[in-house]
Amino acid sequence: MIPTDFLRVANLHAFYGESHVLHGIDFTVRRGECVSLLGRNGSGRTSALRAIMGLTGRRTGSIMLNGREIIDWAPHRIAQLGVGYCPEERGIYAGLSCEENLMLPPRVGSGGMSVEELYELFPNLYERRHSQGTRLSGGEQQMLAMARILRTGARLLLLDEISEGLAPVIVQRLGEVIRQLKKRDYTIVLVEQNFRFAAPLADRMFVVEHGRVVCEIVQDELDQKREYLQELLGV
Amino acid sequence: MIDIFGVPLPALLGQLLLGLVNGSFYALLSLGLAIIFGMLHIINFAHGAMYMMGAMFAWLLLDRLAIGYWPALFIAPLIVGVFGIGIERLLLRRIARLDPLYGLLLTFGVALVIGGLFRTLFGVGGQPYSIPPELSGAFDLGFMMLPKYRAWVIVSSLTVCLAAWYLIEKTRLGAFLRAATENPALTQALGINVPIMVMLTFGIGVGIAAFAGVLAAPTAQVSPLMSQNIIVVFAVVVIGGMGSIIGSVLTGLLLGVVEGLTKVFLPEASAVVVFVIMVGVLLLRPAGLFGRSK
Repeated sequence: MIPTDFLRVANLHAFYGESHVLHGIDFTVRRGECVSLLGRNGSGRTSALRAIMGLTGRRTGSIMLNGREIIDWAPHRIAQLGVGYCPEERGIYAGLSCEENLMLPPRVGSGGMSVEELYELFPNLYERRHSQGTRLSGGEQQMLAMARILRTGARLLLLDEISEGLAPVIVQRLGEVIRQLKKRDYTIVLVEQNFRFAAPLADRMFVVEHGRVVCEIVQDELDQKREYLQELLGV
Repeated sequence: MIDIFGVPLPALLGQLLLGLVNGSFYALLSLGLAIIFGMLHIINFAHGAMYMMGAMFAWLLLDRLAIGYWPALFIAPLIVGVFGIGIERLLLRRIARLDPLYGLLLTFGVALVIGGLFRTLFGVGGQPYSIPPELSGAFDLGFMMLPKYRAWVIVSSLTVCLAAWYLIEKTRLGAFLRAATENPALTQALGINVPIMVMLTFGIGVGIAAFAGVLAAPTAQVSPLMSQNIIVVFAVVVIGGMGSIIGSVLTGLLLGVVEGLTKVFLPEASAVVVFVIMVGVLLLRPAGLFGRSK
């Protein structure tokens, strides 16, 4: 089967007010692929995800999602095309219980996971389902932010720094979840600073610097380019 | 006859009842303000104008189209709600990302325009609006007479407040509203159409103000000057806690009663008691009685 681009970002510029944060970023994600945007702090990785979701200010360039140009679309319409967004700060609502947080996003596609499946995937959430969202631990909040978008039937997952600030055992658990999602043919964009977490999971990696992609590395090349990559990332 | 601190019981209960009626109006009006502030972060200074429009439309419907009280109770809030949606779409949406001060100034301007328009068209004289026949008369409770209309005001206000609370706290739509209040950008990125919810929230908020206006029509002279009573409602919202739905409703009722009792025991202070309480609350608990400090 010929791989097809599910997401194609071309010459994307984005602004927050007067501040120009993305300077013509280009990358593609094929259906069923896991791609990682790597880079140092402030390189524009988070802004790239926010720009795809329509959460930055003015944007120019092109964002093709499943063959449709979405650069001018409002965020809710982009989500309704089957995009699940997990923000860096996790975005768990303090005013909603764990279960209300989980059930909040409307369905955006068929084949979303059932609540039972999600509780099986993240057993902690079942135990904490009646707790207020922000009473959960950091790891539980991260799992909830992931579970929330897996219920909706979204097929493209934009995951921003999901391993940040979590205990190694939870990071490991999240890695297992990503592997399971890959088996289920989800398309995933991982924004990560944690190279060790992202490298084994990603089929391709894009290094972002100063709001543009400076290097693309496929999984097979990882060993031979590891040193160069670590130098770029300052690891 | 039983006296309490030198006041005959029936007189005290009468004032208590009046306080409860006033408190019901405060609760309804501050409910709309709290919903709008909580979700849109707009301090809607045009809220009093919407209340006045509710009463004026009830009178116009009766005077010009012979449409009575019961249909007016639905039609007037609907007209004002649609008018509010127009204001949200045409004006407020443009300043949504700016400091709340802009919203306050803009709605203050809108209130002046509406007030001026109604004064020019209909004058400042009060128009009579009679109590519907089903609600005239009084219940004899033995120890006091309870006018049916006052009982209706209290019951219908509380029903609307309870329904709004249920909608916001216990339904899926309410969860959307609470989420959009807390983090509108993320809520939209999760696939929820926040702009349309903002529009409807504003429409419903001002619709509730208009409902209060229709309820008030038979209790006072209907006139474009009715909107001036709104300042005390802002004090109620501040005391309850900006944006707290349940807080504004309970505070509204409570302050109505406090005001009523002040009229009995210290009549000179009754016009300022709410503001004195506001100062005290702001000094001791700036987020309000039910508000969460950030």
